[in-house]
Amino acid sequence: MLLRHTTKEITERKALSVNPAKTCQPIGAMLAALGLHNCLPHSHGSQGCCAYHRSTLSRHYREPIMAGTSSFTEGASVFGGQSNLLQAITNIFTIYNPDVIAVHSTCLSETIGDDLNQIVIKARKDNKIPEGKYIIFASTPSYVGSHVTGFSSMVKAMVNQISEKTDKPKQQINIIPGWVEPSDMAELKRITREMGIPTVMFPDTSGVLDTPQTGKYKMFPKGGTTIDDLKSTGDSIATIALGKVCSGDAAKELDRKHKVPCEIIDLPIGVKGTDRFIEALRSAAGVSVPDSINDERGRLVDMITDMQQYFYHKKFAIFGDPDQLVAMTEFLTDLNMIPSYIITGTANSRGKKFEDRIYEILGEDYPNTKVMVSDMYMLHQLIKNESVDLLIGNTYGKYIARDEDIPFLRFGFPILDRVGHQYFPSVGYKGAMRIMERILTLLMDRQDRDADEETFELVM
Amino acid sequence: MKILEGREKQIYRHGEDSYDISCEKQSLAGSVSQRACVFCGSRVVLYPIADAVHLVHGPIGCAAYTWDIRGALSSGPELHRLSFSTDLRETDVIYGGEKKLYNSLIELIEKYEPKAAFVYSTCIIGVIGDDVTSVCKKVTKETGVEVIPVHSEGFKGTKKDGYTAACNAMFRLMGTGDTSKISDYSINILGDFNIAGETWIIKDYYKRMGIEVVSCVTGDGRIDEIRRAHGAKLNVVQCSGSVTKLAQMMEEKWGIPYIRVSYFGIEDMSEALYDVARHFENEEILNKTKELVSSEIQSIYPQLMEMKEDLQGKKAAIYTGGAFKAFSLIKALKHIGMKTVMAGSQTGNKEDYKLLKEVCDEGTIIVDDSNPIELASFMIEKDIDLFIGGVKERPIAFKLGVGFCDHNHERKIALAGFIGMLNFAKEVYTSVMSPVWNFVPRREKQLRESEGL
Repeated sequence: MLLRHTTKEITERKALSVNPAKTCQPIGAMLAALGLHNCLPHSHGSQGCCAYHRSTLSRHYREPIMAGTSSFTEGASVFGGQSNLLQAITNIFTIYNPDVIAVHSTCLSETIGDDLNQIVIKARKDNKIPEGKYIIFASTPSYVGSHVTGFSSMVKAMVNQISEKTDKPKQQINIIPGWVEPSDMAELKRITREMGIPTVMFPDTSGVLDTPQTGKYKMFPKGGTTIDDLKSTGDSIATIALGKVCSGDAAKELDRKHKVPCEIIDLPIGVKGTDRFIEALRSAAGVSVPDSINDERGRLVDMITDMQQYFYHKKFAIFGDPDQLVAMTEFLTDLNMIPSYIITGTANSRGKKFEDRIYEILGEDYPNTKVMVSDMYMLHQLIKNESVDLLIGNTYGKYIARDEDIPFLRFGFPILDRVGHQYFPSVGYKGAMRIMERILTLLMDRQDRDADEETFELVM
Repeated sequence: MKILEGREKQIYRHGEDSYDISCEKQSLAGSVSQRACVFCGSRVVLYPIADAVHLVHGPIGCAAYTWDIRGALSSGPELHRLSFSTDLRETDVIYGGEKKLYNSLIELIEKYEPKAAFVYSTCIIGVIGDDVTSVCKKVTKETGVEVIPVHSEGFKGTKKDGYTAACNAMFRLMGTGDTSKISDYSINILGDFNIAGETWIIKDYYKRMGIEVVSCVTGDGRIDEIRRAHGAKLNVVQCSGSVTKLAQMMEEKWGIPYIRVSYFGIEDMSEALYDVARHFENEEILNKTKELVSSEIQSIYPQLMEMKEDLQGKKAAIYTGGAFKAFSLIKALKHIGMKTVMAGSQTGNKEDYKLLKEVCDEGTIIVDDSNPIELASFMIEKDIDLFIGGVKERPIAFKLGVGFCDHNHERKIALAGFIGMLNFAKEVYTSVMSPVWNFVPRREKQLRESEGL
C-alpha cells in the first residue's frame, strides 16, 4: 500500500499540498508552442525547468521534445536575464534556424523582474531577429495558474503577436482545439474536411508529436500551424474555440483584435459535446451536415443502445484539467453513470467558470457529487469514505486505483505508462466510441474477474 | 553538421584532434542542452531516503516533475514516493513563503510521522529570501523531528552543486547515532541508489564476504542508518559525481578512508569487491571474495558468450549524466563484443575525459554537454546499433532506428553486479537484435544489399 498514510478522516490542511493534480504553467506554454510549424519553444529560466518539461513531454508522447533554455546562473538572477535571452536568440536562429522562437517565462525570471516584451523589442532593435523570423512570448510564472493556464497564455500570444487582418477576408474558420492530443487534432481536421470546411487550426501538434519512424531525426517535424496560416486567422469568418480555459482567451483576443466572431464551446467529447461542435461548424460555415457525419453519430448512439445496461448507475471519480472534466462528465452522465467526485488542481483565477459549468451539466440530478479544487490526497480520502466503480485521470491515479482496487481509465495529462493517446482520438463521435470501448473493457473485465463460477458469463 | 559556436572545444575526436577538451562550462544560452539544475541534483541523491519526507518549497512544478520518477526501491517505508509541496502562489511570492513552509512542515510531520524531513529550496526561494534554515530549526525544536534544509536553488550552479547540497544535508545527520556495535570489517555503500534493487545485490555480495554494511545512505536509505554511518571503517563510493564530497567530509571529520568503485561490468564489479577485501587485509575475507567472484562469473559467463556471438562488432554510443559510469559501460560492452564509437556526458570533468580517452579506441568521439542535433549526427556518422542514455535521448535513438538501453534512473532492471551484467547484456541484446530494425530504412537497405536485391 503505497498510499498507506492516507486517512479516511478528512481534516483541513492549511498549507501542505500532497500529490498534486496539476503542474506549473511553463510546460503548458511549451506544449502549445510545439503546435507551431518550425517553432522552438524557449524556457527563460534555469536549465532544470526546461529539462523537466522536455522529459515529461517525452515520456507522455515518446517523441523527442526540443526546447531551448536561457540557462540562468547566479549572475543572471542578480543582473537580470536579458543578456542570456538575447544571446539565446542569436544562437537559436544561427544554429537551429526555426521560423519562430516561442519564449515563456518561469518563476525565476518573473520574480527578478525580467520583462519579455521589452527584451524582445530590444532584440528587434538590435537586429537579432532575421528577416521573416518571429519571436512570440508569454508570461507564465509557475506560481500563478497551472499548466493549463500556461497553455492558454501561449495560444493567446499566437493571436496577439502573429495574427493579422488584411483587406481580403478568407472563407475559412479558425479552430482552437485546446489541450488535446495530436490524434484529436487530426480527428478534428478530418471532421472539418468531411464537412467541406476550410479551416486553420492552432496550435496543431499532429505531425509534430506523433511522427512516423522514418530513420531520420528531424528537429522540426513537418506538422504544426505555419506562420502564414496563423497570420491569416485575422481574416477568417469565425473562430470556434474548444475548451473555455485553454482556448477561450485566444478566441476572445481574435474577436477583440480583428473582429473575428467566436464561439467558445466545451471540448467535443461525447454525443452532446460533438453535436455542439458540428452545429457550430455548420452554422459558421453555412454548410449542411453530410450523411457520413450523421452516420458516425448514428453508430455511436447505436453502440450506447447496445451496451447501456453496463453503464447504468456506475459511479465514477474523475480528476484532471477543467476543460476535460467538463466534457467528460457530460458524456458519462449521458451514459447514465454517476459522478461521485470531480477534482482539479487548477484554481479558478478568473471567476468560477469550472464549477459553474459542471453544476450546469449536473443540474439537480446529482446532489451528492463533490466538485473540488484540491489534490490527489483529498481525492483518495473521499474514495476511502465512499468508493467508486471507475477512476478516471492521468497516470498518477494508478496509486489510488491499486490501493483501492478500482478499474482505472487513463485520460488527461500526463500519461506515462500506457500508449494510445498519441494515436487514437477521444474527440468526435468516433472518439466517444473509443472512450466507451475502453470503459466497457474495464468494467466488464472487472465483472468477469469478480464473478462466481456460476455467474461467470460467456456472452455479455 | 553545424556546431554551436563556442562548443567546438567540447567535442573531441580521438586520434584526429589534439586532446584539449573543454568542460565544466555553463551551457550556452539557447542550446538545447540535456542538462538539468541544482535542485534536480539534490533531489535525485536524497530521493531514495525512504523514511524521510521530502518537501519541495516552491511553486508546484518542481514537486510535480520529481514525483516518483526514480525507480529507487525501498524494502519498507515508501514516503519518498509521495509528492509534497508548499505550492507557492503569487501572494506567497510577494509576502514570503515562510509561514506556509512552517504550516506545511507541521502538517506533514503530524500526518506522516517521518524520521526526518528534507526541505528543498527551489529557484524562487533564493530570490524572495525566505529564511528556510530558521524555519527548519523552529520546527525541529517544536516537533523533535530533524528538519534539514537543502540549499538547492536551481540557478545556483549545475546539477553537481545540487549533489554537494545533498551531501551537506546528509552530513548533518551523521555522527548522531550509536556506533558501539559496529564491526571492524564494515563499510558504507555510497552513491548507489537501489535502482531496480541494485543496492540489495551489492549489499548481499559484501555480506557474503563477511563485511558489515552499516549504511547504504542513498540506496534504500534510512535516517537511523545514516546517523551511525560514521561508525563504518571504510566508505565505498560509486557514482563519482554525486557523493564523493560526502566521503571527503567523512574522511576529514572521522578519518574514514574511501575508495571509488563501479558496480557495472565484470571487471569493475570484481574490482569493487577485491578493493574492499584488500583494504581490510584479511585472508578469510579475501578467500571468500575470490570464491564469490569466480562462482558469480561462472554463472553468467556462458550466457554472455552466447549473446556475444550475435553482438560481435556492433557499435554503441554512450551519453550519461556523469562520466564515471561511461568507463564501466565501455568495458562491459567490450565483453559482449561491442565497440564504443561515441562517449559523452552532461557533467564530466577534465580528469574524467582524460580517462575516457584512454579506454576508447581511435576514432571515438568524446563529447561534453551535448545536444540532440549533435547526438543525432554522431549516431548517423558512426552508423551505431545501440545508444545508451536517458529519457531525453531515447526517442531520438528510436527515430533514427537505433537500439536503446536506459542506463539512467528510469531503468527497470538491475544493471549493477554480476547478475546486472547479464541483465545489461540481455537488455542490449533485446534492443539491438530486435526485428523492428529490419523495417527501418537504413537497415532495410543494408538487408536488401546483403541479399543481393
